[in-house]
Amino acid sequence: MLILSRRLNEKIVIGDDIVVSVVEVRGDQVKLGIDAPRNVKVFREEVFIAIQEENRKAAAASGMQLPLMDIPERPKP
Amino acid sequence: MRVKTKAYGEIDADERQRVSFPAGLLGFEKFKDYILLDARQNPFFYLQSIDVPDLAFILIDPFLFRPDYSLDVNDDSLGDIGVSEPEDVLVFAIVTVPGEGAGVTANLMGPIIINKANRLGMQTVLPDARWRVKHDIMAELAASKA
Repeated sequence: MLILSRRLNEKIVIGDDIVVSVVEVRGDQVKLGIDAPRNVKVFREEVFIAIQEENRKAAAASGMQLPLMDIPERPKP
Repeated sequence: MRVKTKAYGEIDADERQRVSFPAGLLGFEKFKDYILLDARQNPFFYLQSIDVPDLAFILIDPFLFRPDYSLDVNDDSLGDIGVSEPEDVLVFAIVTVPGEGAGVTANLMGPIIINKANRLGMQTVLPDARWRVKHDIMAELAASKA
């Protein structure tokens, strides 16, 4: 892992076209601005972790009998 | 082709049921080749790994219980699977069947998007705070009718 120190308003450039800026520093919270192309996904780490974890739970349970659920089908177009 | 499935043992699947996920699914990035099959039970589907018989996901059409579900299919990130026409898009939510005492839930924050035209798929992450990883299907179906 690369460790850098930055002050308020300083930036980090990642690759050819991603820029991370320190927008605000308040107490123990840092506000970051991220400039990246639209095809690069940027998310808080806990979001990715939540989805990975839910995928894992879903996969672990997918062998279970599907419960009978009364869900009307949508009319096919 | 013959595919070993978690739910139904070995079955015959058509090549047209094959879906390729260039980036895999989150947490399962190494597994890219799946088939999509109707579950015997409506309205579910299975996304069955071709490589690992024990790896399968239950899917549901999220619009069945959340008619207000929305996602931006014109986002450039969907260019990963080459989507150009909205009609080519299939959207599914992964279903989690819980242990005792909880409802069956669907993940609306990380839906599965499949391009019917080229049989490529991806799992995308939606930034909209309305969509969480656990939506109680029956509760929200009831609420959508209220």
